[in-house]
Amino acid sequence: MNKVRLMGERVMERFLMICALISIISVLFMTVFIFKEGLPLFKHVGVADFLFGSQWDPQGDNPLFGILPFIVGSIMVTAFSMVIAVPIGLAVGIFMAEFAKGRIADVLRSVIELLAGIPSVIYGLFGYIAIAPVVRSLTSSNTGLGILTGAIVLAIMVLPTIINITEVSLRAVPSHLKEGSMGVGASHWQTIVKILVPAASSGITAGVILAMGRSIGETMAVLMVAGNSPTMPRGLLSSARTLTMNIATGISYASGDHWISLFTTGMVLFVFILVLNIVVQVFLKRSIEKDS
Amino acid sequence: MATMIEVRKLDLHYGDFKALHGIDMEIEENEVTALIGPSGCGKSTFIRTINRMNDLIDSVRIDGEIYYGGENIYDDRYDVIELRKRIGMVFQKPNPFPMSIYDNIAYGPRIHGKKNKAELDILVEKSLHHAALWDEVKDRIHSPAMGLSGGQQQRLCLARTLAVEPDVVLMDEPTSALDPVSTAKIEDLVHELKKDYTIVIVTHNMQQAGRISDRTAFFLNGYIEEFGTTDQIFFNPVSSKTEAYISGKFG
Ligand SMILES: Nc1ncnc2c1ncn2[C@@H]1O[C@H](COP(=O)(O)OP(=O)(O)OP(=O)(O)O)[C@@H](O)[C@H]1O
Ligand SMILES: [Mg+2]
Repeated sequence: MNKVRLMGERVMERFLMICALISIISVLFMTVFIFKEGLPLFKHVGVADFLFGSQWDPQGDNPLFGILPFIVGSIMVTAFSMVIAVPIGLAVGIFMAEFAKGRIADVLRSVIELLAGIPSVIYGLFGYIAIAPVVRSLTSSNTGLGILTGAIVLAIMVLPTIINITEVSLRAVPSHLKEGSMGVGASHWQTIVKILVPAASSGITAGVILAMGRSIGETMAVLMVAGNSPTMPRGLLSSARTLTMNIATGISYASGDHWISLFTTGMVLFVFILVLNIVVQVFLKRSIEKDS
Repeated sequence: MATMIEVRKLDLHYGDFKALHGIDMEIEENEVTALIGPSGCGKSTFIRTINRMNDLIDSVRIDGEIYYGGENIYDDRYDVIELRKRIGMVFQKPNPFPMSIYDNIAYGPRIHGKKNKAELDILVEKSLHHAALWDEVKDRIHSPAMGLSGGQQQRLCLARTLAVEPDVVLMDEPTSALDPVSTAKIEDLVHELKKDYTIVIVTHNMQQAGRISDRTAFFLNGYIEEFGTTDQIFFNPVSSKTEAYISGKFG
């Protein structure tokens, strides 16, 4: 009996171990594969020409592989999506953690969960049909498709991430800090601003960076609403292409160096995501240390 | 000597559970009033009603009155912020904010609109002196409060409360997380402070109640079983239950 149970435990442990290994190996494989496919581009194209060139004409007689417009596009779309999503997400997160009660809180929570579960292509459709026309009618943009529209769509997409992490981080602040603050006559709002949010700031920052990672990596939704022109963006209303869009656009017809350059673009994206993840780890670790 | 706080027929419910039954009590100015009783009898619940800290708990419902400065603090129009400024609280577990010693103490005054640096400096020093912590921290008042020992943190919390210049200080088992030396320091302090403040203190420690308080209320199952001068409660209790509790037979 005892022996059987011991066996069972061992098998279970092995199984979990193997699952863990599989996930590590997949990440390794992905990294190796993308770099193996992408690096050969640098035999024909200089690293600086690739990263800082602003002309993209992979199929011309004299092909040009400058992805700077896409790097700028990715950064602009992501940055503006954060400018929109962070204040709203923080506000809703604070509301959920400190004010929402009863039915309103329940309804709000299920709506946010739903928001998190909607496929990105649906966000794309929504942006195309609902947001782009509004942008077109309110601004000088001809199509309504561009960085601003992409950023709005992405902002809605990443809201649940920011809201959830803000709420969870605020709830994790020990209640005796709140009592200490209210106990010297601080109002609820003063307590939130001066004690709760600062105490939750590492967690909230990690959430924002996580959302940034989602935003910069999102492909389908922006592909549908950002215009996809392979030139240097000239402003908020300008049509633009991001790194992810560049890969998705080329994948159906590219060949030769153009094909390879898609993987090289993937490498750059990969590095972006990697850096963001490392930053998240640092912040999460700091928030855990602060709690203990 | 005047009555500072008058509690009249106070009932408190947590949802359906009635935690306080018809509490009547007078808290006298410049005295120490001790609240004793077995665990779960409602001491914390009661002390928190005096500065309306129970407002933070959604399920709480309160009936009855508490008069302070001639007004019922449970009146709808009563200013809770002002109340908590006048009636401060020190909690069971030291709860310094994750900021510097200085900022912890300046927190309350700043909230209430004191911005002048020189004034704040004076107030911080005065409060630390009052809480008998100045000598230990004067060289590092801009370092994090979390770096202090438990006993120092508790005195810091006391200083933080004193910095808003209250009339009344409520203390819920302020020494239960502390070592004997720190406990003795807090007890000495309570003795000092009652010259300037009115103090209500919850304690599990009978000797402590006997040493530091002028009046004692013995709580049992949400009722006040007996309330009187500490001498009377300890040496001449009317209720047999009080006598049994004081002599350590239960609780
Ligand atoms: N937030 C709450 N919600 C529901 N019931 C509560 C809550 N806080 C306290 N109670 C209940 O109210 C009663 C009195 O609790 P209280 O904390 O006031 O006791 P106490 O005398 O301070 O005990 P202790 O000496 O252990 O601190 C207990 O039965 C407790 O379970
Ligand atoms: Mg208690």
